[in-house]
Amino acid sequence: MSEPLQGVVVTHGGVAQALVEAVKGITGDNGGLVAVTNIGCSPEALLDRLDTAVGTRRVLVFTDMPAGSCFQAALKEQHGRENLAVVTGVNLPMLLDFVYHRDLSPGEAAERAMSSGNRGIRSL
Amino acid sequence: MSVVLVRVDDRLIHGQIVVGWVQALGVKRIVLVDDAVSGNEWERELYTLSVPPGLQVEFASVAEATEMMAEWMQGPDRTIVLVGNVEAIVELCNGTDQIEKVNVGGLHDATGRTQRLPYVYLSDDEAAGLRALGENGVEVTAQDVPTARPVALRGFT
Repeated sequence: MSEPLQGVVVTHGGVAQALVEAVKGITGDNGGLVAVTNIGCSPEALLDRLDTAVGTRRVLVFTDMPAGSCFQAALKEQHGRENLAVVTGVNLPMLLDFVYHRDLSPGEAAERAMSSGNRGIRSL
Repeated sequence: MSVVLVRVDDRLIHGQIVVGWVQALGVKRIVLVDDAVSGNEWERELYTLSVPPGLQVEFASVAEATEMMAEWMQGPDRTIVLVGNVEAIVELCNGTDQIEKVNVGGLHDATGRTQRLPYVYLSDDEAAGLRALGENGVEVTAQDVPTARPVALRGFT
């Protein structure tokens, strides 16, 4: 794999931006992550934003919920493409793990993100 | 009356609805009324995937919804009827006398529209269409989330 996998975080409100900033604060780098917000967007406008962020690269798209406008935009962006995977329930542990494992295919990275995200959820 | 909300929202099924309104109103079913979506298998699948477990989604064209509205009103499942644009809600309201209230939940900026509320942009024709519904006795208000105060028709058209 020549170019490292890119990540696009698309969420409600300012969540994506805040998560990407937190990743940068912790790792010192945005780790190939770009934030997209749905604020003020019609479905078409959100898909445009996401499409611009994704470009033609190999990408893992992170969404907040497995429902709603961001999730729909991600599935529309994925439709008909092979170099893009989608994972829901984005959290900080998931993104931090992604940053250090960008030599995977989008599908492999999505599987890995599910595990790392789940490992970040505990009841104490 | 089991249709607890008739909403106009160009995002169709999205977070404010599947979380905010569904919780606030105890909704069990969403009927998405949209000619393009109801005629497209991939889009139907997309919207079916977009709702949390336990919530039922059905699809109808505007014409089908006009026929079905009385049945939905009398049915047991608490239901949100969701349409994507003003043209469709005007057609639906003109085709059935079942709808007493319409919630304008989100119409975003597009060519020919001007901003009326932070979440409502309307063309002059769309504003006139909503005012005509009001004159026909339908209570039209704008309200994005359940905790917000409804805005009366004259406040945004």
